[in-house]
Amino acid sequence: MAAYLKLDHIDKSFVRGGQVSEVLKDIRLTIDAGEFVSIIGHSGCGKSTLLNLIAGLTKVSKGAVLLEDKEVDSPGPERAVVFQNHSLLPWLTVYENVNLAVSKVFGRTKSRAERHGWIMRNLDLVQMAHAKDKRPAEISGGMKQRVGIARALAMEPKILLLDEPFGALDALTRAHLQDAVMDIHARLGSTMIMITHDVDEAVLLSDRIVMMTNGPAATIGEVLSVPLARPRRRVELASDRTFLRCREAVLKFLYERHRFVEAAQ
Amino acid sequence: MSIQSVEDTEVKAFPAKPAEVVAFAAKARRRINPLAIARRLATALVPPAVVILILLVVWQVACSSPTASLPPPSQVWNEAYDLIAHPFFDNGPQDIGLAWRVLISLQRVAIGFGMAAAVGVALGALVGQSVWAMRGLDPVFQILRTVPPLAWLPLSLAAFRDSNPSALFVIFITSIWPVIINTAVGVRNIPEDYRNVARILRLNQLEFFIKIMVPAAAPYIFTGLRIGIGLSWLAIVAAEMLTGGVGVGFFIWDAWNSSRLPDIIVALAYIGVTGFCLDRLVAAAGAFVTRGTTAK
Repeated sequence: MAAYLKLDHIDKSFVRGGQVSEVLKDIRLTIDAGEFVSIIGHSGCGKSTLLNLIAGLTKVSKGAVLLEDKEVDSPGPERAVVFQNHSLLPWLTVYENVNLAVSKVFGRTKSRAERHGWIMRNLDLVQMAHAKDKRPAEISGGMKQRVGIARALAMEPKILLLDEPFGALDALTRAHLQDAVMDIHARLGSTMIMITHDVDEAVLLSDRIVMMTNGPAATIGEVLSVPLARPRRRVELASDRTFLRCREAVLKFLYERHRFVEAAQ
Repeated sequence: MSIQSVEDTEVKAFPAKPAEVVAFAAKARRRINPLAIARRLATALVPPAVVILILLVVWQVACSSPTASLPPPSQVWNEAYDLIAHPFFDNGPQDIGLAWRVLISLQRVAIGFGMAAAVGVALGALVGQSVWAMRGLDPVFQILRTVPPLAWLPLSLAAFRDSNPSALFVIFITSIWPVIINTAVGVRNIPEDYRNVARILRLNQLEFFIKIMVPAAAPYIFTGLRIGIGLSWLAIVAAEMLTGGVGVGFFIWDAWNSSRLPDIIVALAYIGVTGFCLDRLVAAAGAFVTRGTTAK
């Protein structure tokens, strides 16, 4: 079976004022449909750049991103992004924020009533239907991120890209949202790629963890499969041997073999 | 035994009591509210009233001597009483009440400023969006915006060969600069994330303009509009003094030519109050439209 998403020998460098800085070098990765893949690495290693390349928000310097054997060269709703700081439009209500996406993506194919039903279904999925008439300023950070996820899901993407989606949240809210994402992944079977710098989060959610080496010219250092059965429950996993082994492997990669050397930055 | 039991019930009842007391206090506070509002109104209105009264008295004293060149307030009141008391009289083409004249001037401002707002927002969006448009247009705007409104008048009279479109053009050209410049700044400050959302949704230029750019830049746009409407009110009065017609500016010029100084003073008061109202109107519209955009 051909890979669903293929990152084919990708290089990315930025040119600023005649100076070329190589950010990513020779990234090779294939992701199957329905897989949950986390990308982990120290800050500044180009994880977000990699996600932006898949989203099409920035262009690759060399190589190609292939989604179902078609080259990705511009952003589109089939690769929806959940942004780190939610980026909901503050002048629209929760409902209108999701509607902006739904009316653009399904404006021609769905009737008004169908679109309404689809918006409400996605808000239900993240348990935010009760706040549909609130503006982003009136709801908590965790709720905003839920709406951000609903907006992305409502585009019915082939791949959901999550850019450190829980980075700005407190630990408890974070846990709730991780459970919500696991639940959605199980129910919809969608393909998801998540950027994170939280080892526990990566192991808990992922089928595979992609570990990045430090920049400049960062690349994929190692890919770890997480052979844990789903549904996963965080309390049970806390003492699970496989979970702990995976966690240890990621920690070793990050803190022994590719230690973040601040002096070098 | 009995005393103890009484104490017990009292102790049990205790936690419920403070809540009641709090509720009562809140109700009592609500009852005082009208008084508080009256007090707030008084603090807002009494100081300006006192200052105006003092100014009137000073003016009266200063202009009461027979050699004074300007009329005192009492004379203004007596001689221009018709203008003050009947703003809406209409005795033929050139003899109409001041309110009519203000309305005619306002109509000109509405047309000229409306065009300036539409063109200014569009041009500002272009300058804010495109680096090359900014590099090319910004120096031109910066130079043209310093040209005083009336300096445009001879040129526009030559171009339009009619006073009314010339007056409209002067309003337009005066009020468009702050709209352009503020819109451009607002558009440049749109967060990158909003742009990314638009790109992922593949919004086209028009959809991006209507759904993201205008609401995101709205606070800046309204700052520009507010400055613009103030400038256009300044410009119309000056332009009408030169082009004639029936506006309030021409009325002042006409009164000066026939030495009716009290009429001029009444007209100035009208112009000031109208300008103040225009400013507040745009500010209120801005506050209403942007109520969602400023809070994050």
